[in-house]
Amino acid sequence: MRLERRTNVPLHLVVLAPLTAVFAALFLAAGLIAAAGVNPLAAYAEMLTGAFGSRLSITEMLTRATPLIFTGLAAAVAFRARLWNIGGEGQFFVGALVTAGLGHSLGVPGWIGIPLLMLAGMVAGALLLAGPAFLRLRFGVDEVVTTLLLNFIVILFVGLMIEGPMRDPLAFGWPSSVPVDGEFRLPELIPRSRLHIGLLFAIAAAAAVWMVLARTVFGAETRAAGMNASAAAFAGISLPRTIMGVALLSGALAGLAGSIEVMGVTAGVTTTMSPGFGYAGIVVAMLAALHPAGVVAAAVFVATVFVGADAMSRATGIPSFIADVIVALSLLTMLVALLLTTYRVRR
Amino acid sequence: MTHALELNGITKRFGTLTANDDVTLTLDQGEILALLGENGAGKTTLMNILFGHYAADEGAVRVFGAELPSGNPRAAIEAGVGMVHQHFTLAGNLTVLDNVMLGSEPLTRVRSARSDAQDKLMQIADKFGLPVMPEARVSTLSVGERQRVEILKALYRDARILILDEPTAVLARPEAIRLFETLRDMTKEGLSLIFISHKLHEVMAASDRVAVLRGGKMVAERTTSESSASELAELMVGRKVERPVRQDHKIGAPVLVANKIRVEDTDKARLDDVSFTVHAGEILGIVGVSGNGQAALGALLSGLMPPTAGELTLAGQDVSDLGPREVIRAGAGRVPEDRHAEGVVGELSLWENAVLERLRTPEFSRRGFVRQSAARAYSAKLIERFDIRGATPDTRIGLLSGGNMQKLILGRVLANNPRFVLANQPTRGLDEGAIAAVHAELLTARADGAAILLISEELEEAVALSDRIQAIVKGRLSEPISADEADPQRLGLMMAGVWTEDDDAA
Repeated sequence: MRLERRTNVPLHLVVLAPLTAVFAALFLAAGLIAAAGVNPLAAYAEMLTGAFGSRLSITEMLTRATPLIFTGLAAAVAFRARLWNIGGEGQFFVGALVTAGLGHSLGVPGWIGIPLLMLAGMVAGALLLAGPAFLRLRFGVDEVVTTLLLNFIVILFVGLMIEGPMRDPLAFGWPSSVPVDGEFRLPELIPRSRLHIGLLFAIAAAAAVWMVLARTVFGAETRAAGMNASAAAFAGISLPRTIMGVALLSGALAGLAGSIEVMGVTAGVTTTMSPGFGYAGIVVAMLAALHPAGVVAAAVFVATVFVGADAMSRATGIPSFIADVIVALSLLTMLVALLLTTYRVRR
Repeated sequence: MTHALELNGITKRFGTLTANDDVTLTLDQGEILALLGENGAGKTTLMNILFGHYAADEGAVRVFGAELPSGNPRAAIEAGVGMVHQHFTLAGNLTVLDNVMLGSEPLTRVRSARSDAQDKLMQIADKFGLPVMPEARVSTLSVGERQRVEILKALYRDARILILDEPTAVLARPEAIRLFETLRDMTKEGLSLIFISHKLHEVMAASDRVAVLRGGKMVAERTTSESSASELAELMVGRKVERPVRQDHKIGAPVLVANKIRVEDTDKARLDDVSFTVHAGEILGIVGVSGNGQAALGALLSGLMPPTAGELTLAGQDVSDLGPREVIRAGAGRVPEDRHAEGVVGELSLWENAVLERLRTPEFSRRGFVRQSAARAYSAKLIERFDIRGATPDTRIGLLSGGNMQKLILGRVLANNPRFVLANQPTRGLDEGAIAAVHAELLTARADGAAILLISEELEEAVALSDRIQAIVKGRLSEPISADEADPQRLGLMMAGVWTEDDDAA
């Protein structure tokens, strides 16, 4: 058996690959569910109901999808340029921390303050990734290691801040920062739900990222540099500038996810506010084959699994950790599917 | 008498493409057969079928009369077929002996039989005249030595039929001549050889018999001594191809002047005290054995590597420290040495590659956005003007043949009407038709007054195109000689570094 590179990847395969990957992941996870003594079909039905069955479940699912779109975009932008940003989680948290830290006694009305806080979150995320990017460009330090390890440092730092200077005295010992002021809370998108206008920002961000990648000089240079760095350098594209630009954009998107999550959902920072949005963003980006439009769809899928798994857990008693298993499996099956779209298997 | 090797009616299809169409071929013991054909004629596919890498759709392979099961490399090895690939399959961090033993040692054996293996290796090396140091690390060996290890690896597995895929592609001329001498000696020991090539002169020099493949079909078989290079060229291409000839004309003013240039990379001098001048309407050829500073010279003139000393001026402007985009703006055009690694981004479309160097010029961008329609129209013009076949602006460039890819690279350079053109190995790996086209374009640019620096390892090419020639040896340049005075012997001496004595004698 051997792999032969396809000269052309037909469009139907591009669409089929993530769908097949998702079904394969669900099929594999079904084995675990069955082992727990539950009919997998019944369990998945619960999951679907849990994510789509009611107005509440749909809005919850979309609320969960919002940060995933941002972190998914952050990963997709970076991976396209072969910058392996595994630090989405840390960038999410610095974005959240800065927003929560600045989000009161700002003395400006909401319509000025909200964009300012979003900008602050973006800058924080961008700067956090700029460090590893600089180390890679200057000294060849592997950014997989630096970005990954920064995640833990940032979360510990968040813990330090909310136990100390940023601690909310009204939280009755529950470690959380002081919530942002009311005028800096994002308006509801649908009344009487947690779904906020951050979702619209996320979709707009996906469109903007698509525009940047597909239509601008920066996007073209990024693509060239990611696919063939030496040809890009020969053509006069500055690799350090391109990589740094990508790092700033990627970090900003992940930081924005944290900023919007604070203003839209949690109001304050806690160390438990993210069920791994940064890491799940990597899965989202891969399922989307690094395409911004695909990121939105893949974020909805991952959010469905997360939210649906909670409902499934309540109804069937299967631990909701099955959600993590399904998401992780779908990353693995997607990698196989990507391989099979690029190559064909020959005897 | 049974043939050493018999390929009978081999057909292989890849989707709609028929790579081999009913190919029949025989090889006798002790014979050297050249398999000649242009790129894409199906030579490598045929040899991969023989070696079991691919399974043929139709036809059979017989080795010493016994049919080989298809698609099984191990069976091919056991039957005595050895293959030396164009791109070596050696592990650089292992020793020669380790590489030779690799894969022929049973996994289940507890102790490795290194000393036995070394004895066997030395015996083979001795018998076939292929000296090696068994404990040398492969990464420290020269390309020629590595190839020797590849051949030994095949012989170690008792190969009686040896297939060499483009064996001289990576070798300098003297190494190539030595290789063919060795191969000739090996046939005296009873080996049978097939070598794949698209270079006529080495086919003429080294083979007993020639089989010509074209478009997947076997179009002719000739006894080498009864054929001629021109007949084989015509058979290979399918029509008469003649390389264009340089016409004498008046040479203009100096355009590119290098003065005592030194280039260092990781603290080693790659170029030292290099001076040359290229005039308008002139082609200056730089010849030399690969690895003598051509890469640094190419990088210097491409704007990728600034000199540590000396000065480079283009039409009076100091361009020593300019980057790629700035030297292009100053009037330079660059054809890189390796079109796949540096020339194009294979995954991108033709139009994106066509404007890659000039993405930030107002012609192709406005307020940070790429002007896609302008870029597409421009690349459609390039396709038309430079005869790039089988392509539209949206074709993924990696799908083009080497020749058409090179025409695009040359096109994007020449369409700018550059004052200076760097042509670094512009025809490496191209077939005759494409070589003729590239030569014609370079000569047209010369006639239009461009100053062209040609870096080439092909002496015929350098002599045919250049007005003057300098040799590069260990990062230094010889004095230029006029192309009319350049005979192979004199160039050979220059490339060996003995130009100073030559000057003294004169």
